[in-house]
Amino acid sequence: MAAEQSATGYIVHHLTHWRLETDGFWSGFHLDTFWVSLALGFVFAGVFGMVARRATSGVPGRLQNFVELIVEMVDSQIKDAFHGKSKVIGPLSLTIFVWVFLMNSMDFLPVDMLPVAAQAIGHYAFGMDPHHVYQRVVPTADVNMTFALSLSVLLVIIGFSIKAKGIGGWIKELLTKPFHAEGLALSIVLAPVNLVFQAIELLAKPISLSLRLFGNMYAGELIFILIALLPFWAQWVLGAPWAIFHILIVTLQAFVFMMLTIVYLSLAVEDH
Amino acid sequence: MELNASLIGQAITFAILVWFTMKFVWPPLTRMMDERAARIADGLAAADRAKQDLANAERASADRLREAKQQAAELIAQAEKRAAQIVEEAKDQAKVEGERLVKGAQAEVDQQVQQAKEVLRQQVATLAVAGAEKILKQEIDAAKHADLLASIQAEL
Repeated sequence: MAAEQSATGYIVHHLTHWRLETDGFWSGFHLDTFWVSLALGFVFAGVFGMVARRATSGVPGRLQNFVELIVEMVDSQIKDAFHGKSKVIGPLSLTIFVWVFLMNSMDFLPVDMLPVAAQAIGHYAFGMDPHHVYQRVVPTADVNMTFALSLSVLLVIIGFSIKAKGIGGWIKELLTKPFHAEGLALSIVLAPVNLVFQAIELLAKPISLSLRLFGNMYAGELIFILIALLPFWAQWVLGAPWAIFHILIVTLQAFVFMMLTIVYLSLAVEDH
Repeated sequence: MELNASLIGQAITFAILVWFTMKFVWPPLTRMMDERAARIADGLAAADRAKQDLANAERASADRLREAKQQAAELIAQAEKRAAQIVEEAKDQAKVEGERLVKGAQAEVDQQVQQAKEVLRQQVATLAVAGAEKILKQEIDAAKHADLLASIQAEL
């Protein structure tokens, strides 16, 4: 914390996204979220892909063992919770778990590390004003990222429903459940009510998924920023326990996101 | 951008986190992975051993089967030989028995012939004597010529 910079200024600077342009349509495009998540996606794909290519059916090495452990964990969760057949759900769940875990894990880095590095690069390489170089580190603390994930999951949920029940069956379910009537007239009356209920049920899924993850990670990041405002000799008192506690949150949130995706997809293919 | 004491504070926090991870997070993870690797290695070794055992058992069973076949063949050969022997012996016995029977019958026949001869001789003698008696009735006194009659009878 520098004297000329207020605490509010510090926090606001930390919570401001690096945008493609300062105003206009593309100002909504968060470059920092984009590049960090992309890089972590490459880390995931690179490591897992390399291990998969080099995998042996004999005794696995450390890294293969680790990857197998994660894949096995995801697979057993799917076997427990998903009662259908799908080639998509395994890779989807694995990607969600590992990617979200990696993105959440960015919280472990010292809160100023990447922003200060970005400021240094911006200042010395591109001659920018360091106060206008913004870099947020945790992609899942950006509501755009979590909604991108959960809306994709929503599309997959709708896809699974249509595949399992047919487009007619899905539309029929939207109109006839949860309230089922015997007569035609009553059915027509109830159809809009059912549609509203189904729409709420469907939309509640991505909203709860993304807001849960976003809320947890945003709060975590904010607390790291607040801890960074303490005198440097006192930071570890709160920072270390919070970081250690965060190991749990990071893993748990990644797991919950994956698990709920599996459960939602399972509900989508079942007749309820 | 400025570098300040916050950097040191965050570095300390980060160091503690790294230390905690090294101390309490990493060891259980690596232990779990080592155990898993050991389990897999054991499983593979067990599978290999089982395969080896199976091959051994198959070889042993093939050996046993061949032995049994050989033994059975030997037994059959022996039995055949023994059967032939028994047949031979029976044949011999039958031959001996037959010969004995024939001999016995022959002896009986001989004896009966002898007896018949004896009977015939006696009858002839009696007839001769009777004839002689009739011829010599007048001249020969049975009492007087008893010796003579007896000798003739013996000669006949």
